[in-house]
Parts: sequence; C-alpha cells; structure tokens
Amino acid sequence: MAAKISIRDLTKVFYKKGSSMTALQNVSIDVQDGEFVCFIGPSGCGKTTLLRILADLETPSTGDFTIAREKEDRPLQSMVFQEKGVIPWLTVEENVAFGLKMRHLPKNIIKERTSYYLNKVGLDKFAKIYPKDLSGGMKQRVSIARAFANDPEILLMDEPFAALDEQNKFILQEELLNIWSETKKTVLFITHSIDEALLLSDRILLMSSQPGRIIDEKVIDLPRPRNMEQVRADPKMAHHFSDIWNHLHDEVQNSRE
Amino acid sequence: MREKHIAQIHDPIAVEQEEWRKRQIRNRFKQILTISSPIFILLLWELLSRTGLIDARFFPPPTKIVGTFIMMGTSGELFSHIGISLYRIFAGFLLGVIPAIILGLIMGLYSPIRHFLSPLIMALMPIPTLALLPIIIIIFGVGEVSKVVTIAGSVFFPVIINTVAGVVNIDRIYLDVAKNYGADSKNFFFKIALPGSLPVMLEGIQMGQAIALLTIVAAEMMGANSGIGYLIWTSYKAFLLQEMYVGLVLISFFGYLFSLILRGFQNKLLPWR
Repeated sequence: MAAKISIRDLTKVFYKKGSSMTALQNVSIDVQDGEFVCFIGPSGCGKTTLLRILADLETPSTGDFTIAREKEDRPLQSMVFQEKGVIPWLTVEENVAFGLKMRHLPKNIIKERTSYYLNKVGLDKFAKIYPKDLSGGMKQRVSIARAFANDPEILLMDEPFAALDEQNKFILQEELLNIWSETKKTVLFITHSIDEALLLSDRILLMSSQPGRIIDEKVIDLPRPRNMEQVRADPKMAHHFSDIWNHLHDEVQNSRE
Repeated sequence: MREKHIAQIHDPIAVEQEEWRKRQIRNRFKQILTISSPIFILLLWELLSRTGLIDARFFPPPTKIVGTFIMMGTSGELFSHIGISLYRIFAGFLLGVIPAIILGLIMGLYSPIRHFLSPLIMALMPIPTLALLPIIIIIFGVGEVSKVVTIAGSVFFPVIINTVAGVVNIDRIYLDVAKNYGADSKNFFFKIALPGSLPVMLEGIQMGQAIALLTIVAAEMMGANSGIGYLIWTSYKAFLLQEMYVGLVLISFFGYLFSLILRGFQNKLLPWR
C-alpha cells in the first residue's frame, strides 16, 4: 500500500545575513492512511517547522513531500493551531464553518457539517457567541471542530492542548480520540507531553535537537479505545515512557553543549 | 442602636448591602461631579459678567447667548448656516474616509504597494490642507466642491495611516489560518483584513471627525459666505460677539455629538471586542 504522506529528504535552512540555521535535516517519513503519528522532541527541534511546511505555510529548502489525494474535492490538509488560532471577529459557528466557506461549498452542506461538529464538541449552545467569552478549552474545541468540518485528507496539529490545564487536557484528548475514531483521518500531532503521545499515537517519532532529524520511532500497539488509566497501568507503556524520557533528557543535554 | 450594629455584623448580607449602598452613593457623587464642572463654569461666567467683573462686551453672560441663539433660530438664518456646514462636513468626511479605507487596506495587505506609497503619504501628511486652500480654490472653484475637498483632504490622512497600521498589526496567526484554510484574495480582504483592522481604523475615523470640524470652521472663515465658520468670522468682524459665541457653542455641540455617534457605531461594529 502506498503511503498517505511521504516525506523525502526534507531539509529546511533559515538564512539571515551571514548566518544560517538548519531547522530540519534530511527528514524522511512515510505515514500510512489513518495513522495517528506524534512527534516528540526538545524545544526548537524543528517540529513546528515540519508541520508548517506540510501546511504550505513554509517552503522546504530542499527535498519534497506528497500527500495522497483520495477525493478530488477535498483539501489536502487542515491545521489545528496552538492557542489563539480561533478568529476573534467570527462567531463560534462562523469559525467552524470557515474552511467550508472559503471553499465556497453549498450553504446547506456548510450548515449541516458545521452543526454536526459543533454538536460533536459540545458547543451547539455557544454557536452564536464570540470567542472572547469562551474558555481556553472551548476555544481549542472550536479549532478542532473547524479542522474536522473541513474534511481534509490529513490533519496537522501543533501542540493544540499545550496551553490547557491538566483536567481540560484529559477531556479534550479523549474527545479528540472519539472524533478521530469516527473519521479515521491521518493525523500528525506535535506534543511535548509523553503521556499525551502514548495515549494518542499509533506511532511516536522522536526528533533530535537542532538540526532536527528523526532519530527513533516507537510503535504503540495498545488496543483502542484507550484511556489514560490503561496507559499508566501498562508495563510496556511505562517502559516506552522512560525510554522517551531518557531520549529527551539526552537531547536537551546535547543542545546545551 | 448598639444592638442593631451587632445584628448587622452577624448578618453577612446586611453588611454587603451596606457596602453596596455606599458604592452606589459614591458612584452617584462621581456622576454629579461630571455634570457639575460645566455648570459651575457657566454660573461663574454668568455671575462675573453680570456683576461687571469681566467685560460683558467680550464675555456676554451665557443667558444672553442663549437668548441670541433663540432669536437667530426663529429668524431661520441660523439653520441655513448649520445645514450648509453639516452638508460640507458629511460630504467631505465620506469623500475622505472611503478612499482612505480602501487604499489603506490595499497598502496594509500588499507590502510592495505599501513601500511604494508610504513615502508619499508621509510627505503629504504634515502639510495642513488649509494651507492648500488657495490651490484647491484655483482647481475646484469657489463653490461647494472646494470646501468638501478641503475636508476630505484633512480627514484622509489619519484614516489611511490608522487603517494601514490596523492591517499590519493583525496577529500573524489569523493570516496563517486564512491561508491554511484556502482563503482567496477577496476573502482575505473582507474576512480578515477589514474586520481585523477595524478597531484601529475606527480610532482613525474618530480622529478624522475632530479634524473635519476644525477644518470646516477655518475653511469657512477663509473663503465662504455661509456656514458656522462664516457666522463666527462675520460676527466677530462686526463685533457681534453674542452671535460669535452662538457659533462657537454650536461647534462644540456638534463635536460632542459626532463623538457620541461614532462611539455608538464602534460598539455596534465591534461586537467581538
């Protein structure tokens, strides 16, 4: 089976008068259709740059990538941004409908899909209000609903839960898994949290400190549906946890030297 | 008395109620202060003028100014002056604001255009439009058009500069969102740039409104035979100072009124703030 996402020898260098910084070096990844892949690495390892390149917000210096298109009228990718990605002058409903409106879909389809995903994330009562009146967790729900409503080939998520408190994080992680299990979209997800990665992923890719490379991967075969309790109780997961922890520790040390 | 005091301490609602009442009284006091300063000045003025402590020829008592206002109003002369001034302000305001918003949005969104045009804007902005009045009259004649153009010119600059600043300062992440979700240039313009720059743009419009009033009075003093500015100037030259004060009070009134109207607009247009 051909890969859904195939990234080949991707390198990104940022150049400023006289000095250059290699953010990504020869990154090659294949992701299967329907796979949930998390990226973990120390801060500044180029995870966000990689996602922004796939999101068409940044161009690679060398190398290329392809995202397989299954349906002609689908957008290739949609991104769930870090906090603040919800547009403040649009209501909750307009935010969720944003991608569909930009693609000029028929009104009845926009309405149907918007209300479906508003309902999914439990925001139907808040459809007409502006984001200023929402909590951080609710704003991220809007962001997630917007991405799923757009029905893209793949989803990109850049630390969507990083700014939330622990309880909200757990709730949103489970909600995300619920919606995801329904649609079986291919997801690339950046996180700092090992727990989060173990809970969500089929596969975890470990990145090195700058310049960012993929240096290891962990296949997480814990059966779904999962919850945090199972992840914490499973000895194999505990082993993965300490492995990833040590890796991060080493990488952070390296980047200091 | 003593018992009652103890009872209050034991009832938390009563304690808070008392606090609340005190806060209400303090708020009312502040409101009274706000109204009282203009009333105080008017009373003082009236008193000093009536008793001859200030020269009533230069500072006629407010009650006399009101009397003159009513007199001028009943003769109908006053309203034609007000009408023509308001017409010039509105026409000039629109003629200045609309191109300023459109050009400002374009400059904000497209940096080559911004870099090309901003030196022109920066160089032209410090020139008072009033100083160009002779040239404007040569080009547009002595009629209404030259006054409207003068107003438009003076309103244009604060609005365009604020609009550009408004667009440039839109948080980058919203541009990323729009791009990622496939917004075309029309949607960029109307869904992102326009609403995103609106708060700063409206501040510019508020400034433009104040400048429009300053400009109309001065322009009508310099070259017009109607309008509030003309009324002030001719009254002054004929030493009809009561009439002159009527003109000044009108300007102050309309300035305040326009500010209130624009504030109202602001709240309507920015429900998301």
